[in-house]
Amino acid sequence: MSGKSKLTVDVAIIGGGIIGTATARELSKYQLKVVVIEKEAEVGWGTTKANSGIVHAGFHEEPGTLKAKYCFPGNQMFPKLCEELDVCFEQNGILMVARNEEEWETVQKYYERGKERGVPLELLSGEEARALEPELSEDIVGALHAPEGGSVMPFELAAALMENAIYNGVELLTNSPVIGARVENGKKIVETPFNIVEADVVINAAGLFTDEIARMFGDDYFTIKPRKGEEYLFDLDTKNMVKRTIFPVPSKVSKGILVIPTAEGNLMMGPTGDNIDQKDDLATTRDGFQRILEGARSLVPGINPRKIIAQFAGVRAASDRGDFIVEHSPNVPGLIHLAGMESPGLTAAPAIAVDAVRLVEEAGMKLVPKEDFQPRRENIVRFRSLSREEQDRLVKENPAYGRIICRCEQVTEGEIIDAIRRGARTLDGIKFRARAGAGRCQGGFCQPIVMAIIARELNIPLEQVTKRGPGSEQVLFKAKELLAGGITQ
Amino acid sequence: MKQLFVDVAIIGGGPAGLASALAARAEGAEKVLIIERNHELGGILLQCIHHGFGLHRFKAELSGPEYAQRFIDQVKETDIEVLLNTMVLEVTSDRKLYAVNSEQGLMEISAKAIILAMGCRERTRGALQIPGTRPAGIYSAGAAQRFVNIDGYMPGKRAVILGSGDIGLIMARRFTLEGAKVEAVVEVMPYAAGLARNVVQCLEDFDIPLILKSTVTAIHGKDRLEAVTISEVDDKWNPIPGTERTIECDTLLLSVGLVPENELSREAGVKLDPVTNGAYIDDRMMTSIPGIFACGNVLHVHDLVDNVSKESERAGMYAARYALGKLDAPEKKVKVVAGRNIRYVVPQEISLDEPVEFFMRVQAPEEDVTLNVGGIRSKKENSVRPSEMLSIKLTPEQLQSFEGDTFVIEVLSNKEDEVSA
Repeated sequence: MSGKSKLTVDVAIIGGGIIGTATARELSKYQLKVVVIEKEAEVGWGTTKANSGIVHAGFHEEPGTLKAKYCFPGNQMFPKLCEELDVCFEQNGILMVARNEEEWETVQKYYERGKERGVPLELLSGEEARALEPELSEDIVGALHAPEGGSVMPFELAAALMENAIYNGVELLTNSPVIGARVENGKKIVETPFNIVEADVVINAAGLFTDEIARMFGDDYFTIKPRKGEEYLFDLDTKNMVKRTIFPVPSKVSKGILVIPTAEGNLMMGPTGDNIDQKDDLATTRDGFQRILEGARSLVPGINPRKIIAQFAGVRAASDRGDFIVEHSPNVPGLIHLAGMESPGLTAAPAIAVDAVRLVEEAGMKLVPKEDFQPRRENIVRFRSLSREEQDRLVKENPAYGRIICRCEQVTEGEIIDAIRRGARTLDGIKFRARAGAGRCQGGFCQPIVMAIIARELNIPLEQVTKRGPGSEQVLFKAKELLAGGITQ
Repeated sequence: MKQLFVDVAIIGGGPAGLASALAARAEGAEKVLIIERNHELGGILLQCIHHGFGLHRFKAELSGPEYAQRFIDQVKETDIEVLLNTMVLEVTSDRKLYAVNSEQGLMEISAKAIILAMGCRERTRGALQIPGTRPAGIYSAGAAQRFVNIDGYMPGKRAVILGSGDIGLIMARRFTLEGAKVEAVVEVMPYAAGLARNVVQCLEDFDIPLILKSTVTAIHGKDRLEAVTISEVDDKWNPIPGTERTIECDTLLLSVGLVPENELSREAGVKLDPVTNGAYIDDRMMTSIPGIFACGNVLHVHDLVDNVSKESERAGMYAARYALGKLDAPEKKVKVVAGRNIRYVVPQEISLDEPVEFFMRVQAPEEDVTLNVGGIRSKKENSVRPSEMLSIKLTPEQLQSFEGDTFVIEVLSNKEDEVSA
């Protein structure tokens, strides 16, 4: 314990997912000392990373639930939030489609539900829906159209929220899994391998591990039931095949298999919703792929699996309540749980963050607004989306923007250096923030070059460059090192 | 924005780009420009440090860099212009290119003729949909080759290689020579995908098992690869339950096919052949857009660089003629059709008035066959394999005897029972 540095704060947020980072940014508007404690090398790498990225319209959720309470208000916050943070947000709209008369009745029920909440919605006939989306199945008899639904890159949003929070004074500890937590003289003590954090208020936003964090504090009253979702991402040349996110009529447990145009333009299909035992089970499966393909093709028959460039899985941090948990711990004063985050957690996050500030105040913290709060994040240069003249000007200002590193996504060295400056530390971090390696060759060409840039910028040897943090080093030995060790085959 | 005007602009300074540039200049094009994204010419050959290049062309067994250097030296003796570290961002159908580098910024290059010579890329895990986790330790064989041969690092010490393409076979030997253990090369087909000589020299000589009719069906490991599961497959490539076995390894190399890199071509509106994934060309190596030519691995994936050079010289010659206004439109267009046991033929269209060399691949291995070329020429082969490209040359005189609208190339069996069947 003696080697650890001690940190005293007003509020400690455990977990740098979308909930933790949104809350950190919201709290950074006030004169509080706040720290975010994240177990991974970068923020947004748990459940957030594998989220479908849909900004839900707010018509799905069962009345009376917290999901319903936060979803539509969250949706309404996205345009301004993403504009302030310079995050890609496409308000491309959502279609929930009916494939038969029975489903059509259900669709109408959702229309009424959404209307009551004030969600802008319209009902379409099958022909009208196909006029909007010509690739839709001929079987579709009608659809619910929610024009204010959208698409965002979830990891980009989490990174942007954190970056802005840090700019406004929040501290971030990465590679810092919480290994112990307790209450001492009313103060909450949170221990990581490197730090001991003493806080007046702890916000438990640890996603899949919120139940375990609660138990560390002796607070054992909810359980996380991990539920896995697989996603399959298509080549960028599928752009515009479908413009709106296509939903089937939901089942009891999930919103179903969707066809999703991501904010970056690639088409995606998924997710599954399978209860699992292991919170770290991120394996994709053959069975999952087949179910997703079948589901997606029942909506958009022309989907071509040969265009898939990547697949991944994420685990939802669903609670045994079946709803969000946004509340004071009933047992530990000053401990706030933001747990049970499953869909529409991403959409709800900005609204939950606002409510979390209220809970912090209720927990006894005095909220004094900062006069110099900066809501805007320094704009990100995206070389590919600039005009030729703007590209030319940029390269003349900074030659690093004249070196294309990732040929598939046309990402420049300048953008990679900028991502590192903003907090990327790993290959995945570069991929998520700057898109180098996110394209059709999946880093086959640029990976060695990106690694060399990371090594140079962080001044570390190439063997220490990782895919996503310690243990995921990319090259394990220097050439000839295995021979020098006397290994013979 | 800087503006350039050239006769022939060549996208890519690998073997295809180099050979086509030299041929274009030799044919009389005055301003020939090679645009290369790397900091030096040579393309993928630079990381192919093994021997075996140039057996046909130079009657010598060269390494990749040596083969490339012979062309680079010739380019240096000419006034062919070279832009290094330069990426082409866009090609338009009216033969403008937009390119960028650090020194000159954006450039708009107007060309009388363009040669597409961008090469190919490797198929990825995503394209195969291998289930499992996503740890570090999974690389395309080409990326691993670069790590070892250019950067001087070994990804790991215990590898499984999926796919028996030539790069995979070469890397099996390379890893072994570097002191790593290659547990197996796993191939979904009942035969190796790479050249027969590479199977012998890279696997058999080092006792590396080649496991056929099998594939990787699961990937294990959280941060770093720990093991892969392989399964036997049925005739439709579906894994056979009960045949799974797990091999511990820290590295999985993928050598599962190459895809021509035609994103620029597609955006320009060049018509692509769905089988080759390359441009649809005529006997002058010209694509569906007048003045845009294609050659090398961006046109179709070759197994021998010697063939790339030969093909690219023809592209360079015709591009120069086009740029000089000396290439008349063909009077007649005859479609070339892949017949029995032929997967594809390049070119896809001929005029009958130019000499032509057909490059083609078979669909399945076959013994004792005759290649029937449009009914006007035939050639006996003891054995044909998908991994080994076939070629046949015809002169305009030979082509004159052809009549019809479709020129069928097919493989006919010489075995009597099949002839009668």
